[in-house]
Amino acid sequence: MFTRLTPSLIVMMLPVLIITCAFLLIPMGKLILISTGGDDGVVIYWQALTDSRYLTSLLETLMLSVATTLVTLAIAVVSGLFLARNHFPGKSVLVSLLTFPLAFPGVVVGFLVIMLGGRQGLSAELGLLIDGTRWTFAYSVVGLFVGYVYFSIPRVLLTVIAAVEKMDHQLEEAARSLGASRTRVFLDVVLPALKPALIASGAICFATSMGAFGTAFALASGINVMPMTIYTEFTLGANLAMAATLSIILGLITWLALLLARSVSGATASPAA
Amino acid sequence: MMHRSLFYYLQLGFTLLICAFLVVPVLMSVTAGLTSNYFQGLSSGLTLRWVEEVLALYSETIWLTVRLALATLLVNLMVGVPAAYFLACSASRWARVFEELLVLPVAIPGLAIALALIIAYGGVHGLRTSWLFILIGHVLYTLPFMVKAVLAVLHSINFRQLEEGAASLGAGFYRRFFDVVVPNCKGGIISGALMTLTLSVGEFNLTWMLHTPLTKTLPVGLADAYASMRLEISSAYTLIFLVLLLPLMIGVQWSGSRFRHKRPGRRKESGLTKSVRFRKQRPTAPTVSGKDLPFHTSTGIN
Repeated sequence: MFTRLTPSLIVMMLPVLIITCAFLLIPMGKLILISTGGDDGVVIYWQALTDSRYLTSLLETLMLSVATTLVTLAIAVVSGLFLARNHFPGKSVLVSLLTFPLAFPGVVVGFLVIMLGGRQGLSAELGLLIDGTRWTFAYSVVGLFVGYVYFSIPRVLLTVIAAVEKMDHQLEEAARSLGASRTRVFLDVVLPALKPALIASGAICFATSMGAFGTAFALASGINVMPMTIYTEFTLGANLAMAATLSIILGLITWLALLLARSVSGATASPAA
Repeated sequence: MMHRSLFYYLQLGFTLLICAFLVVPVLMSVTAGLTSNYFQGLSSGLTLRWVEEVLALYSETIWLTVRLALATLLVNLMVGVPAAYFLACSASRWARVFEELLVLPVAIPGLAIALALIIAYGGVHGLRTSWLFILIGHVLYTLPFMVKAVLAVLHSINFRQLEEGAASLGAGFYRRFFDVVVPNCKGGIISGALMTLTLSVGEFNLTWMLHTPLTKTLPVGLADAYASMRLEISSAYTLIFLVLLLPLMIGVQWSGSRFRHKRPGRRKESGLTKSVRFRKQRPTAPTVSGKDLPFHTSTGIN
């Protein structure tokens, strides 16, 4: 489908071209220039990756994001298989409730974690009942993790439900009729068939967790996730070059993760097909 | 199925537990916002006092958020719909590169985009302190959703053929665009618009960096309240936010399901579009991947 670039067609794209150039390309270019514009030049990228403070922050964020991804995937597979396979009254309400928090911003998720595990939260009340002490987890790495899982579940679950619905049911029946146990069918038929969807949604979940700022901000925990470190460098440290450098590194990581997600979802052939 | 196994009930129980994990804190927050004293519990009585207090303290943020969302929508409609049409028409490689570039603000953290905007335009007199600065950020972040939603529809219908029909009857370019292309993309435009509003209303990452004391949006105000106000006020404020967000989210879900089921031609449509749509149907892949899903499930909102 080839179309000549007529003047009218150019008029169609001109506004978006101007916006993209002025507010995306030029600022991103300046961001890169600023990052290398300090006294250290390009070496700043080496510093960002070796200085223990930034390195710790990067590694902690990576570990938190990987853990979030794995736990969310496990939850989504169990619930997704169940919801896609079974029909019962109230199912659509249940699915709506499970996907409802999709649009919550990170700050609100942080506040909801405080409702669960803060000083006046649910777990504190529970602790008072059981052993007389307030159980709190909201302000530690656990709270951060709970928040990240909270905002990841709706996203991943939707993908898994859609994937299960499109899966070939007959393969499983064939496997079962050949005498495979439930576990074997799950490991050898279901999981391989879901693999592309799991990798894609897992990569998206990972990228979202890496870049999430609001939750960490609301919880104000001692854990410096990368976006918090960038924010601190920018506001308190007034270290613009380092903030820019860390932003670019973080942006590269999330962009690559999403690239992986798309390349996997582009491959239509699956091992089970 | 009459005999449901233990396995079934275990899975159901687990799913209900996850649902409780997502819903219970929201309900707690709503209750807290309407309780006289959350520390004493519901026995202290229900009140709208906190909601009123929030409205007195933060009504400015609510209006700014609504204004920003509507302005973002307006820009997205004017810029995004023509852009999607252009991308659907053009087969050149540059158009694909441009499409990649357009989605970049979704792929990289809002913090990085905001930092880049501040570096590039933070010094421009009058812009830094204006709400237009936040508008720029919101447009960058939401435009890909509008473009993708419209583009998905354009890819699923054979708009070229429709246009050729109109052209043979003597319709000029703009006539065809407004009278043929736009009406046929209505579904995509509606989902894109709802997505734009939802995202703009809840946007925090960019907005926190771009805001000034005079340009606080609702999520920025929320972060403020969480840090400095008592729990009841924070909760009441969250409640107001949810009330604003809820109709939009229901709209997104509604348009999403309507759009997903529409493809085989459930909607009433003219004979021409119907035949065209069937022809353009893609074979279904054996497994599902992110690509087949509506764009909004596949991207970060935080």
